[in-house]
Amino acid sequence: MDPLEIARWQFGITTVYHFVMVPLTLGLGPLVAIMQTMWVRTANEKYLRMTKFWGKLYLINFIIGVATGLVQEFQFGMAWSEYSRFVGDVFGAPLAMEGLLAFFFESTFLGLWIFGWGRLPKKVHLAALWIAVAGSIASAFFIIVANSWMQHPVGVELIDGRPVMTDIWAVLTNNTALTAYSHTIMGALAVGAGFLVGISWYQLWQRRRDGIDTVDARGRVVVGERLDIPGRDRVDHSVWIRSLRIGAVVAIIGFGGVALTGDLQAKLMFEQQPLKMAAAEAACQDGTSFSVLSIGNLGAQNCNEVAGIIEIPGILSFLAHGDFTTEIKGVNTLIPEYQALYGTNLPDNPLYGERAGQEINYLPIMEVTYWGFRLMIGFGMLAAGFAVLTLWLTRKGTVPRSKLMMWTALTSIMAPFAANIAGWVFTEMGRQPFVVAPNPTPGGVDGVFMFTAAAVSPGVTGEEIVFSLAAFAVVYAVILVFELKLLVKYVRGGVASAMPELAHPGHDDDPDKPDDPDKRDVLAFAY
Amino acid sequence: MEFLPTLWFVAIAALWIGYLLLEGFDLGVGMHMLVSARTEKQRRLMLNSIGPVWDGNEVWLITAGAATFAAFPLWYASLFSTLYIPLTLTLLALIFRAVAIEYRGKGDSDRWRAWWDRALGIGSFVTAFGVGAMLTLTTTGLPIDANGDRVGGPFAWLNGYAILGGLAVIGFCLVHGAVFLSLKTLGPVRDRSRAFVVRWAPVALLPIVGWVLAVQLASGTVITWGLVVLAVAAVVYGWVAARAGREGRAFAGIAAFLVLGAASIFAAAFPVVIPSTIDSAFDLTVTNASSGEYTLGVMSVVTAIGLPLVLLYQGYTYWVFRRRLAETHLPDAHTVLPAVASR
Ligand code: HDD
Ligand code: HEM
Ligand code: HEM
Repeated sequence: MDPLEIARWQFGITTVYHFVMVPLTLGLGPLVAIMQTMWVRTANEKYLRMTKFWGKLYLINFIIGVATGLVQEFQFGMAWSEYSRFVGDVFGAPLAMEGLLAFFFESTFLGLWIFGWGRLPKKVHLAALWIAVAGSIASAFFIIVANSWMQHPVGVELIDGRPVMTDIWAVLTNNTALTAYSHTIMGALAVGAGFLVGISWYQLWQRRRDGIDTVDARGRVVVGERLDIPGRDRVDHSVWIRSLRIGAVVAIIGFGGVALTGDLQAKLMFEQQPLKMAAAEAACQDGTSFSVLSIGNLGAQNCNEVAGIIEIPGILSFLAHGDFTTEIKGVNTLIPEYQALYGTNLPDNPLYGERAGQEINYLPIMEVTYWGFRLMIGFGMLAAGFAVLTLWLTRKGTVPRSKLMMWTALTSIMAPFAANIAGWVFTEMGRQPFVVAPNPTPGGVDGVFMFTAAAVSPGVTGEEIVFSLAAFAVVYAVILVFELKLLVKYVRGGVASAMPELAHPGHDDDPDKPDDPDKRDVLAFAY
Repeated sequence: MEFLPTLWFVAIAALWIGYLLLEGFDLGVGMHMLVSARTEKQRRLMLNSIGPVWDGNEVWLITAGAATFAAFPLWYASLFSTLYIPLTLTLLALIFRAVAIEYRGKGDSDRWRAWWDRALGIGSFVTAFGVGAMLTLTTTGLPIDANGDRVGGPFAWLNGYAILGGLAVIGFCLVHGAVFLSLKTLGPVRDRSRAFVVRWAPVALLPIVGWVLAVQLASGTVITWGLVVLAVAAVVYGWVAARAGREGRAFAGIAAFLVLGAASIFAAAFPVVIPSTIDSAFDLTVTNASSGEYTLGVMSVVTAIGLPLVLLYQGYTYWVFRRRLAETHLPDAHTVLPAVASR
């Protein structure tokens, strides 16, 4: 069994899985913090409920991010020991900073927040959440810095065949990292926002189906209440409509941000990894057109069988350079350039095992880059379009009674997730065959690059990696089932699932009025 | 001896000791929930005693791993790739543990809770074993070649030291967890935990003493033997305090025992970070495994800023949740029902 192929599958699967939880954490966290801030400032019950409900879902998701992140931290050393030896001098630093300057904040203050209800002064409690959220956002920065260094190595010198860091500031302010970071944060906001829209829609729809909310002759909502159903009072309506509108607005902002930063990223990539972008466009010949649809054999080794069906002249140049006329190099021009710079064959080095001396294929898998790029943008547009539609359809205070629309709204939650996944798969697979891509821009140090084929652990057998891959895949599948099960359960329970006092009116354990001496000692929250 | 690599060896040792000291009792509590607790309330009480802090404690592990990567990439690469299978199992155990803590209380059936209790208890057990085996082997030796790669197949690492080290950390966690519970709870859990310490500490701590002696006999110096003597004094003090019902002192004694004992091990192993059992010429040492001076300098600055902050706010968290928990402090578990009209 070939350790390299299996190790790549394992890295891809575990990382993509981690990155299903991560954008929700990154996107929902600030939204919950804003809700709690509103509550502290206005004392409006609606915001307290929003904080509690969305905070609960946030935590259910958060923990899977933590659990899968642990694997991430160790698997470089386990399966990619040659990679770790090669890059350790530079790559380890942002990872360690992430631990020291981000994860510690994040998990310690989140613990304070979870158990701090009613125990900490309100403002301190709010600050704990903000610090935890800032921790996640900082952690994303450091990890993207690490990843961007693999896309575009800077701040190093080559000494004895290894990159040695000479400028941490250059590593931290790598233009690749700054754009990828802002892009990822915006993408994550889109995820958090879409989550708010879909679930709030479902709740509003249920209130209508149960006859709690109705609409008057002009289509405006008439808010009602049903005291026999936990939490279904008048405030409940404002919880959902407010969440829905916040979600829709943030989704639009997120998409705008993603488009702007994505454009910056694309411009950089045309300079830094031209072949990745040419492959993303299935652009074989030099030209200026952006392909809307290309057919032919995208998977072929050379680029002679691809034909553009719909092309918009000038757009590709615009994406790359901001004008409509500069020619962009196509795959057929770039490959000989890469061969001249980085060799036609893998070195005859025992590190490459059986692959030593093989010819190098510089073209990433074009189906993946081409479609990955388009799916990312397409799913993002879908989500943003749905957000606009949502704002329009709910302008009179509630959602339509249509069950189909409700299901569409729930399904739309997936779109930004899919866009994120597609974006990463495109980025990472477009970098192949390099694991550390060379830096062709002025100032880039010659020779700082690494082929993926040389990165895997030489001492580890294929069987071991098959074992771990199978084990992680099974365990990840199982915990995903549990996460979804709990999310569904708490969503169906509405706000009362996160605030039991709503389900049992009369037995009031509001943590902020501990006047009942018997109750004073009871924790507001416990596992 | 170069200064920065030595400093970073101390820093990594400190991170691992911090991890064992803090998550040590989380792992112990996880195991005690499975074996020592008698009722659902007792299990919840135990779990909530670590509730606000366990995730912060686990970050010590993440940071220890990442800091090793940054400061000693060759140590990181060789240790983790050589121990591929045991680390995979440890990671799976950590996953189950984390998910169990968050999810156990969110289901409504006894079966749901019972399964998550198993995940938590066994996950804690396997984690303690894996971490113990890994730390022991990095001090007693692994079959690595000149490039630092494992020779001899997936189980070439498996030997008596691996088992000894695994048991050492399990035993320590059980005692440390019990001391912690006796310090942080009221009622039957407190009494039983103290009784556990008094009765079992002398047995449960034997393997860790074995690990200390193995390393000391191989490469001890006057100083490291001095640390061993202090560690033994600390644990005796802790045990006597536990017998006398002085839980705070017992905790201090056990904690000091861990810090001194582990320090004696790391100090004796220094400057070797992984001895090669094939040829000592292949040993990884603080000098041949470390990053460049610049990287170590940067990391030193970051740590000088970051670590005191961590100690400060983690200390604050322990202070906020300093009160002893009793079963009466736990809110009733509630069931979550769909917010819809019954039809
Ligand atoms: C909601 C998610 C989402 C949406 C709607 C978009 N992206 Fe994106 N994209 C990502 C989520 C994402 C990502 C998952 O966050 C990636 C993967 C790596 C990265 O830095 O961000 C990414 C990568 C990525 C890259 C590759 C950068 C590299 O190789 O390092 C480019 C060029 C773009 N994006 C450009 C765009 C453009 C022009 C978009 C149009 C509107 C767009 N993205 C929408
Ligand atoms: C979280 C978002 C990420 C996703 C979804 C992701 C996805 C992927 C995928 C799909 C591959 C397999 C590519 C292939 O085999 O052709 C891969 C490879 C890899 N990625 Fe990423 N990646 C992410 C972030 C990172 C980060 C942050 C790092 C480093 C800090 C990283 C380092 C690597 C490495 C070392 C490989 C090696 C294996 C290979 O190239 O085949 N990735 N990643
Ligand atoms: C392959 C590289 C990656 C590694 C080594 C890694 C490592 C980790 C680890 C160890 C944790 C658990 C932390 C804890 O216990 O609190 C974690 C969680 C997290 N990671 Fe990653 N991660 C990677 C990719 C990413 C990326 C690309 C991002 C963001 C863009 C990210 C953002 C986060 C965030 C926000 C958390 C908090 C918990 C959660 O998301 O649910 N990570 N990661």
